[in-house]
Amino acid sequence: MSIKDYVQDNSCWMSDEGPHSDIVISTRIRLARNLVDHPFPMLASDQEAEEIVQKVGAALAAEPFGKQEGDRFELIELDTITQLDLQTLEEKYLISSTLVEQADKGAVAIRADELVSIMINEEDHLRLQVLMPGLQLSEAWEMATRIDDQLEASLNYAFDERFGYLTACPTNVGTGIRASVMLHLPALVATGQINRVLSALGQVGLVVRGVHGEGTEAIGNLFQLSNQITLGQSEEEVIYSLETVAQKMIEHETQARQYLLQESREDIEDRIARSFGILAYARRLSAKETMQRLSDIRLGIDLGVIKGISKNILKELMVTTQPAFLQKKSGVALAPGEQDWRRAELVRERLRSGAGHI
Amino acid sequence: MLCQRCQQRDSTVHFTKILNGNKSEIHLCETCARENGELMMKTGEHFSFQNLLSGLLGFEQLGSQSQAVGGGRSASSRCTTCGLSYQEFADHGRFGCADCYQSFGTRLEPLLRRIHGGATTHTGKVPHRTGGIIRQRKEIESLRQELQQMIQLEHFEEAALLRDRIRELEQKTGAGGM
Repeated sequence: MSIKDYVQDNSCWMSDEGPHSDIVISTRIRLARNLVDHPFPMLASDQEAEEIVQKVGAALAAEPFGKQEGDRFELIELDTITQLDLQTLEEKYLISSTLVEQADKGAVAIRADELVSIMINEEDHLRLQVLMPGLQLSEAWEMATRIDDQLEASLNYAFDERFGYLTACPTNVGTGIRASVMLHLPALVATGQINRVLSALGQVGLVVRGVHGEGTEAIGNLFQLSNQITLGQSEEEVIYSLETVAQKMIEHETQARQYLLQESREDIEDRIARSFGILAYARRLSAKETMQRLSDIRLGIDLGVIKGISKNILKELMVTTQPAFLQKKSGVALAPGEQDWRRAELVRERLRSGAGHI
Repeated sequence: MLCQRCQQRDSTVHFTKILNGNKSEIHLCETCARENGELMMKTGEHFSFQNLLSGLLGFEQLGSQSQAVGGGRSASSRCTTCGLSYQEFADHGRFGCADCYQSFGTRLEPLLRRIHGGATTHTGKVPHRTGGIIRQRKEIESLRQELQQMIQLEHFEEAALLRDRIRELEQKTGAGGM
């Protein structure tokens, strides 16, 4: 595998569906880890940062990794790739915007299936991330902790008996875990119940935010639910409470969808059909409108209003209609206006190529 | 209207500045406003969790300074390993190295408590290789708690088993008794 492969194809989490995929788009587990006797990335010199990359690279080349085909990681030093490739990796959620900003010192190790990526010299020395489709918190945690163990077999982690895993930011200290699920909640938004549901979450140590856009103004009705507390709760407790709340949200959303079908079927069908029409024929689409309309399309598929289109259209286009992907596809630099044109072209193609109909 | 600063672009940022009672109308383009630091917040750009955190830290620091008047200044205003000062930590909201946690020690407790819903002690995963002894000590601790529960419930047979297990572990870690 080379960088070319990672910036072209869809990742597994984008193409597969996973459990509860009608509402849960994806599950993510992130572990923050640091090595002893090395300054954190914020204070590290270029040479010190490079040492971390070397050490992690060596750990990934060692015994436990690469024994099985699927366990192999590709290490990419980010100062060796183009700005466009960098942005593409970010759009695929394989690296964070923070790492993009620190690309001169940073690196990423990506597993062939792209479910696992290890960011090096982000805010912490290591940020191990597992991204899976659907609701798979336990599965993602098991995978993350196994790879964490394999890394720890040859890396000396900064760990304190009292404070746990030591991290650059005090908000991550302890378990260093951030577990999150991305939820598609169009019916809770449409029925106006969303704020009531969301305001209850703060009381259980969870936070929710819009995936695109600021605060609770979620574009495309996508919400990211994650734990906030990393100290004094075990990883299992964190995952259990997130899982429980996610199940509740699924329940509420399902009920709200039933309610919409019973009480305002015509309205919701009209909205879905309009969005279908626009995405299938429009000549210009902004990123925001695309996400909003795709949310309607996805709801339409889930409710059985739209037939003949695969569910993953939302996930897939959510990633591939972003600027770097569009630019890659067209092969030339695109001005913002041209982006909207290309985006419409791509969405149109995708929507009209199959047997999609209402 | 042209931007007052560069006189080239149209002004899009208009505001009234009141400084020491002197009122002035200001018209800038977005670029100049940003360079000048006048445009404080474009949503999502400058307002970050980091700012929020350092706000919290500033508050904590005031608290600890007023305490320090009576109790003498904390010796560890700088991390002995990386040299980061507590003030710098407060500004960035980030530690410089793993040893900062030791260096800033007790000053961190109120902050951690605030962030983590009252908790200041890790109860999760312990690394396998480096944490062998730590893990055993934690296991002993949780077995002791279990032992207390069993005694209270008068389940003495289970309690005896737990006691033996604790002794066994204590011998292994070389930490006999309490």
